[in-house]
Amino acid sequence: MDIRLESVSHHYGETEVLRDISLDIPAGQIVCLVGPSGCGKSTLLRFIGGLERPSSGRVLQLGEAPEGCLNPLTFVFQDFALLPWRSVCGNVSLVLEDHGIRGNRAKAIIEDVLTRTKLSDFADALPKQLSGGMKQRVAIARALAVNPAVMLMDEPLSALDSQTRELLMDDLVSLWNRQPFTAVYVTHNLAEAVRLGHTIVVLSRRPGKIREIVTIDTPIEDRRPGDPVCQRKHDLLWDLMREEARAADEELIDG
Amino acid sequence: MADTGLSRNTNTAGPMEVRFRGGGFAPKSRRWVGVLVFVVLIALIQWGTESGWISALTLPKPTDVLATFGELWQSGLLFKHLQPSLTRLAVGAAIGASAGIAIGILIGLFSYVRAGLVPLVAAIFPIPKIALLPLFVIWFGIDEGSKYALIAFGTFTPTVVATYGAVDNVDRSLIRMGQSFGLSWLSIVRKIVLPGAMPGILSGLRISLAIAIILLVAAEMLGAEYGIGAYILEAGALYDLERLFAGVVILSLLGVIVSASIGMIERRVLGWRT
Ligand SMILES: Nc1ncnc2c1ncn2[C@@H]1O[C@H](COP(=O)(O)OP(=O)(O)OP(=O)(O)O)[C@@H](O)[C@H]1O
Ligand SMILES: [Mg+2]
Repeated sequence: MDIRLESVSHHYGETEVLRDISLDIPAGQIVCLVGPSGCGKSTLLRFIGGLERPSSGRVLQLGEAPEGCLNPLTFVFQDFALLPWRSVCGNVSLVLEDHGIRGNRAKAIIEDVLTRTKLSDFADALPKQLSGGMKQRVAIARALAVNPAVMLMDEPLSALDSQTRELLMDDLVSLWNRQPFTAVYVTHNLAEAVRLGHTIVVLSRRPGKIREIVTIDTPIEDRRPGDPVCQRKHDLLWDLMREEARAADEELIDG
Repeated sequence: MADTGLSRNTNTAGPMEVRFRGGGFAPKSRRWVGVLVFVVLIALIQWGTESGWISALTLPKPTDVLATFGELWQSGLLFKHLQPSLTRLAVGAAIGASAGIAIGILIGLFSYVRAGLVPLVAAIFPIPKIALLPLFVIWFGIDEGSKYALIAFGTFTPTVVATYGAVDNVDRSLIRMGQSFGLSWLSIVRKIVLPGAMPGILSGLRISLAIAIILLVAAEMLGAEYGIGAYILEAGALYDLERLFAGVVILSLLGVIVSASIGMIERRVLGWRT
């Protein structure tokens, strides 16, 4: 199942947030969205997930969601969004209950996703007992449980320390290797983008427009820190972002 | 900074432990303090009444009150008064609180209900319900009906206000999460909104139930043969301070028990809070 954005634009009241965004998100690929703060990345993600509607333009879903997919467009939120009164297991089963999956079937799915995110030992823990990295893994496990066609991830790792972030990035890479999923991955962190993205979309400062689309052909399981191709892409992105940041600063001074 | 003369001067003071300033603002269980306050207060009154600087007209001797209480217990009158009072309290508060929670949730969930009922609740809230007692007597009869109605009505409004405030305060990002996983409206209400509003609803109940006890006495002051309120009223009319205070102590105990049971429910149901 592919996603296509057709000239999506959006205003919040007087502020123009996004201008004429057209983009294809092909199945089985990770598309990273990078851009300066406030350029409308989270807003764009909410449009893709159907939580909000753009002022103009359309978000299209091409083709049917694959068989067995309970919630085609599934978010992983930056602030985890776990129910504090439910255990790890309960948080995952929350999203299954509404699809009539209970009892042994639910247990099998929960066990599977908790194993994949290395949380099996914490099934009965409450969120308050978990560290930030573990909470984010619960959020990822919950997303995996509904077998999504497209994962919409809004800075999923930015609340975490850099070691945990590295570990979770490795986890995401191995999850993707096991079973390639489609993802739109919003981040501030260029290292994350270069590590995980098949395509990296650079947005300009507000109003967000597509500034550049960078593709990296190295398979994501082969990307190592210091890899020359990745390093070149990283530097290219860095320059683009720095230009945007400087332009944004100058605008503030002039305005 | 390390090389300025000033810091070198302070260095001569030698190492000093950093002053701890992170204490407080985290309620801990210190139950004995509450008991201690009561004991000291009562001991002070006992000493005052015995030594005479508190006249017998101002306050009764705590030991006399205790004796009256003992008599009340032995004669079986205590339960004769307590039983109807507790029934009135339970029935009235149950009706008022459950209606209040239900309406509060509806106000929290539906904009039309909110627009229609919030002004009405605001209009009813400041009316002293006791003033309406004669009206209730006409509407619901002089018997138990008017007493239930008064207590129910008095608990209803604070419960409504606390409940819709609690629903408003439920974390929007959790509701968004529910929507993004395609949960049905009913599931979002049952599994996200209600548990999320629980802390606010319970702390609202604390206040509502205290109000219910106040209104219980008011209700029993009118046409009740038995009941704590009737007992206090009669003692007051005769200026029998010992009995008056025995009645007041029963009410206080009732308040403490209600508050403690809500505390117990909170510890059970809200263990997930950090
Ligand atoms: N609900 C809203 N109402 C009004 N303005 C909004 C709303 N949500 C976002 N905005 C504005 O839209 C702009 C884009 O917001 P958005 O959250 O999409 O940015 P972002 O690219 O995700 O930023 P960041 O990288 O800091 O997360 C911001 O200027 C923000 O103030
Ligand atoms: Mg954002």
